[in-house]
Amino acid sequence: MNKPFFSQQIAFELNTQPARADATPGQRLSELLRENLGARDVKIGCDAGDCGACTVLLDGQPVCACLTAAHQVEGRSVETLAGLYRAEEKAKRLADSFQNHGAAQCGICTPGMMVSAIALLRNNDAPTEDEVKDALGGVLCRCTGYRKIIDAVVGAPAIAHDGDGSVGTSIRRLDGQCKVDGTEAFGDDVAPVGCLEIFVIRSPFARASFTFENLASFADATGVEAVLTADDIAGRNIFGVIPQFMDQPVFAEAETRFRGEAVAAVVATSEFMSTFDPRSFPVTWTEMPATQNIHDAQKDGAVQLHHGRDGNVMCGGFVTCGDAQAGLSAASKTVEGHFKSGFVEHGYIEPEAGFAQIVNGRVEVHACTQAPVMDLDSLQIILGLDRSQIRIVPTAVGGGFGSKLDISVQPYLALAALKTGKPVRICYSRTESMQSSTKRHPSDIRLKIGADAEGRITGFDFYGEFDTGAYASWGPTVANRVPVHASGPYAISNYRAESKGIHTHNPPAGAFRGFGVPQSAIAQESLFDDLARKLGIDPLEFRIINALEDGVPTVCGQVFDQGVGITACLKALRPAWQSETAAAKAFNETSTTIKRGVGIAAGWYGCGNTSLPNPSTIKSGVRPDGRVVLYQGAMDIGQGANTVITQIFATALGVPADSISRIGADTDVTPDAGKTSASRQTYVSGNAARLSGEALRRLILERMNVARDAELTFGDGEIVATDAEGEHRFDLSKLACDDERLVLRAEETYDPPTRPLDENGQGAPYAQFGYAAHLVVVDVDTAMGTVKPTKFVAAHDVGRAINPMMVEGQVHGGIAQGLGMALMEEYVPGRTENLHDYLIPTIGDIPPIETIIIEEPDAHGPYGAKGLGEHVLIPTAPAILNAINAATGVRITRVPATPSLVRTEIRKAQR
Amino acid sequence: MSYISPTKIDEALEVLSRGSGKIIAGGTDVYPSAQLGQHPDFYMDVTRIDGLKRISVSKDIVHFGSAVTWTDIINADLGSAFDALKATAREVGSVQIQNAATLAGNVCNASPAADGVPPLLALDASVELASRAQGSRLLPLAEFITGVRSTVLRRDEMVVGLQVPVPPSTMTSAFEKLGSRRYLVISICMTAVNLVLDQDNRITDARIAVGACSAVAQRLPALEASVIGQRPADVEIKPEFLAPLTPINDVRGAAAYRYDVVQEQCRRAIMQAASR
Ligand SMILES: Cc1cc2nc3c(=O)[nH]c(=O)nc-3n(C[C@H](O)[C@H](O)[C@H](O)COP(=O)(O)OP(=O)(O)OC[C@H]3O[C@@H](n4cnc5c(N)ncnc54)[C@H](O)[C@@H]3O)c2cc1C
Ligand code: FES
Ligand code: FES
Repeated sequence: MNKPFFSQQIAFELNTQPARADATPGQRLSELLRENLGARDVKIGCDAGDCGACTVLLDGQPVCACLTAAHQVEGRSVETLAGLYRAEEKAKRLADSFQNHGAAQCGICTPGMMVSAIALLRNNDAPTEDEVKDALGGVLCRCTGYRKIIDAVVGAPAIAHDGDGSVGTSIRRLDGQCKVDGTEAFGDDVAPVGCLEIFVIRSPFARASFTFENLASFADATGVEAVLTADDIAGRNIFGVIPQFMDQPVFAEAETRFRGEAVAAVVATSEFMSTFDPRSFPVTWTEMPATQNIHDAQKDGAVQLHHGRDGNVMCGGFVTCGDAQAGLSAASKTVEGHFKSGFVEHGYIEPEAGFAQIVNGRVEVHACTQAPVMDLDSLQIILGLDRSQIRIVPTAVGGGFGSKLDISVQPYLALAALKTGKPVRICYSRTESMQSSTKRHPSDIRLKIGADAEGRITGFDFYGEFDTGAYASWGPTVANRVPVHASGPYAISNYRAESKGIHTHNPPAGAFRGFGVPQSAIAQESLFDDLARKLGIDPLEFRIINALEDGVPTVCGQVFDQGVGITACLKALRPAWQSETAAAKAFNETSTTIKRGVGIAAGWYGCGNTSLPNPSTIKSGVRPDGRVVLYQGAMDIGQGANTVITQIFATALGVPADSISRIGADTDVTPDAGKTSASRQTYVSGNAARLSGEALRRLILERMNVARDAELTFGDGEIVATDAEGEHRFDLSKLACDDERLVLRAEETYDPPTRPLDENGQGAPYAQFGYAAHLVVVDVDTAMGTVKPTKFVAAHDVGRAINPMMVEGQVHGGIAQGLGMALMEEYVPGRTENLHDYLIPTIGDIPPIETIIIEEPDAHGPYGAKGLGEHVLIPTAPAILNAINAATGVRITRVPATPSLVRTEIRKAQR
Repeated sequence: MSYISPTKIDEALEVLSRGSGKIIAGGTDVYPSAQLGQHPDFYMDVTRIDGLKRISVSKDIVHFGSAVTWTDIINADLGSAFDALKATAREVGSVQIQNAATLAGNVCNASPAADGVPPLLALDASVELASRAQGSRLLPLAEFITGVRSTVLRRDEMVVGLQVPVPPSTMTSAFEKLGSRRYLVISICMTAVNLVLDQDNRITDARIAVGACSAVAQRLPALEASVIGQRPADVEIKPEFLAPLTPINDVRGAAAYRYDVVQEQCRRAIMQAASR
């Protein structure tokens, strides 16, 4: 039974001002600050001390507000980022420094980082890198790879510089100020105080049948506002990101297919929720035998998860050219291997969250998302409403990395708002987020590669099975992408690659930076090293020999006559490769327990959807007052679309980037710029922005009848054009405004030119690829099995770096995720469902990273630019595995290469 | 349900005698283990009780009040025998955790991976308990913790402090922690070593404790006995010295792995303590 609560008023100092609030017994300080006192600059990522996002200063000392009892601050001083920023010069300087280094990407970790850093800087004006790490070690960041944060705190010279922001220049994030002063509003920051909350009831078992007792009497007895189940779905109880594969229910009916699957939701006041014991919800579970690996799932008699998917095979992918078997037989040397990887969690610091309300009879959903228009598509089906009755207004997104492409909280919010007619909110707990969101696909890959004596690959045969979990999500995309990319960026004329996605009673695996390619790259790049060594060829030179080039067909038979930058990436690593391998050799001569190794690996990634249309539309215009507005609907999830797309647009129009008024994504207002995935926003939406900027410029030049190279200035109700003939003025006040208050407008769409793949996977899947090669130096403690990367050199062909600082930011963040995948991350349902047991890299785990930007322009990219978002982590894990191999002679074929695994393999080799 | 922050120890013991409450110090274990919708009758906060935030040194005893945080330990001026405890403090979680979390909370939480337990065992620490009904009692740490998350603490009882007999001034110490990442990491295994060396660099006193390799961290008496009279570099860690350990397989590492690396960890901790 609920116990009566004795709240108490507590008095303390909040940001140097007296504050009073009623605290319930045991209430967390984080909640008191955010809900009772409006301090939403205090972020919550885990409620367990594991992420540090909630860091505040208590009497000047950093503590986790989520672990501090509100009563403990009675009579003491609490400071949060927003207060520090307002009051303290040091905080303002630090905020500037964060901006100048691109140290805030999505910005969800930034309050915790900055508050911790200010505590350090108050006592230490010139901290060393190690001091910064010790001070910030308790705050996780999933976006930046931490190096920029270290630079910002030690006060390294600024990277960003003032300027017009034209393409190729490093300006600060245009949407960055609110991320460093505490005012950015993420998914859980937009709901009004006191609105109804939603709690989702989830399956405690991987597979279970269930029955509800009388839900109406539960609602009556408890006074909850509403209970939602499948019965409340007016449309169809189904969603999925790929129309042919839609298979996931909003609420399971009769049987659940993975641990954490939703069956019902309770909508109630926050007072009710604070004492609600989920065990009191009237549901009875019956656990059923579950299939939790792909081998069992394919056995005869295994439970079939979905009708029509025999043998639990969701779908497959296939690419072949030449004759792989003949090529292998003709090889002078062959290598083969069996590689495995587990589930990887996206680990964004912002759990899924949002708020919904009914406005003029329409339902409005404000939530963190990577794909607002896809959210709208899904809700239309689920709610059974006309599209015009739904509005999606994305909030700031505290990291996504692929998982926020799928809907999560959106249907619960919309259903609850419709059923109650009242504003509602939800924020997943960390465990709920980890249980229910998609994961990187576990892989089980067999690969055989052969080469001739000169080192040319003669044959390549790849077979990979992927655990796609209980529902399809983006599994079909993984199945398709892998065979296209499994060759790596190399010319291979005898090739066969087959993939399969297999259903199990595991969490749905979906999109995660790279869509299966990081997994296949581990197999391919590891075996490349083994093959090179077997042939007696230097591993880097071996890759250069086989590197794809302009005019040479890919394994899909696609020929790029320009823009293939892999050789340039590999050659850029040569100096570091030579000096670091020599240094490692010298080191190892005197070191017995610690062994040093240098590893390299390469990668490529096709930008945009595989052989499918994926248009982006960008609209722009001029207001009567002379302001230029850009309707930018491409979601910025921290990667920088707001800045980069504006830079491209501004360059095309011929004005400074910071003069543009940007209108963010809103399905009522911005045209569809597609989803933030497939490394497509810079390339595809960037092109749409370029076209829109060019079109607007053309329109203006025509209307003003001035020279093509005229310089345009906007302001004060007019446009001024300056050309060889002098100044021309265009009075905007005389022009008619359209219903969006624009006097001039240009809306343009870009869709990458691709061709379908035939039954052998031959065609033109992408209009462009980006290329990458990484080098890493690791120290392996051979007695303990610990692996410590000490340096990365990363060469990336981005075609054209629209904003070099942000390119570096992507590279650093990708490397950090690749390192996590290589060394520590594995999601095990029921066992690593929090950030205490599921480890992602901390600030102490990421060594210095040297980024080499290669610009091999692409004919299709805006100003030559290529996508980058996913390329950045593809080579990292295999480079680390190759470095471990170089250091110890041990070939690790399973990630994560935990200390336990590495040491076990070393012992096996010693025997 | 209420939240009570007594300032006097007697008041605290009176509160505890009322029934099933939850003692809270730093809250760094209390909150993460809290279950939705399950609340104690009351929280009793020990952090405002007079005197409990003090570290005091008398002729024979170093006393750590139960509200002493890891940060307090880092900042305290203690002898070299406490270097291991200080090193432990720096390795607990993060600065945020160290600023809030207490040594006593770490011991009471009784996790097999509690980093504080091995160095305290190596310091021969005792736990000082008090209740209104039974007054106070003093128990060696090894008797206080009885298993995974279980102690002899009675429902109406609290830990008032930890006592360490003043160690010889020549005693040095070291702490080794193995984890899969740099910060915020629960130990795969950890070892604390306290040593006294004679002028000949031979070990005359040794206390070696290992954690996360059994339900409760423990000293390794056979190993301790074997190193007496040896020079640190000559120490050999024979498998039979580790016989008391019963490591398990979990997400952090395999049992066989723990067994294997703890030998190296003991060796390193001995060398490190000897080099101080
Ligand atoms: C992110 C994170 C990282 C962590 N990292 C580490 C780590 O690296 N190593 C490690 O060992 N631990 C770690 N911990 C666990 C925890 O921080 C420590 O165990 C800490 O020392 C507990 O102290 P506390 O004051 O916060 O205890 P609390 O949470 O306040 O209490 C812990 C338990 O002890 C009881 N208790 C507290 N004080 C008394 C008392 N005086 N008398 C009787 N009972 C009492 C409480 O009722 C509760 O059961 C971590 C925790 C978090 C959240
Ligand atoms: S929310 Fe407090 S540490 Fe994560
Ligand atoms: S910027 Fe750090 S988590 Fe996104």
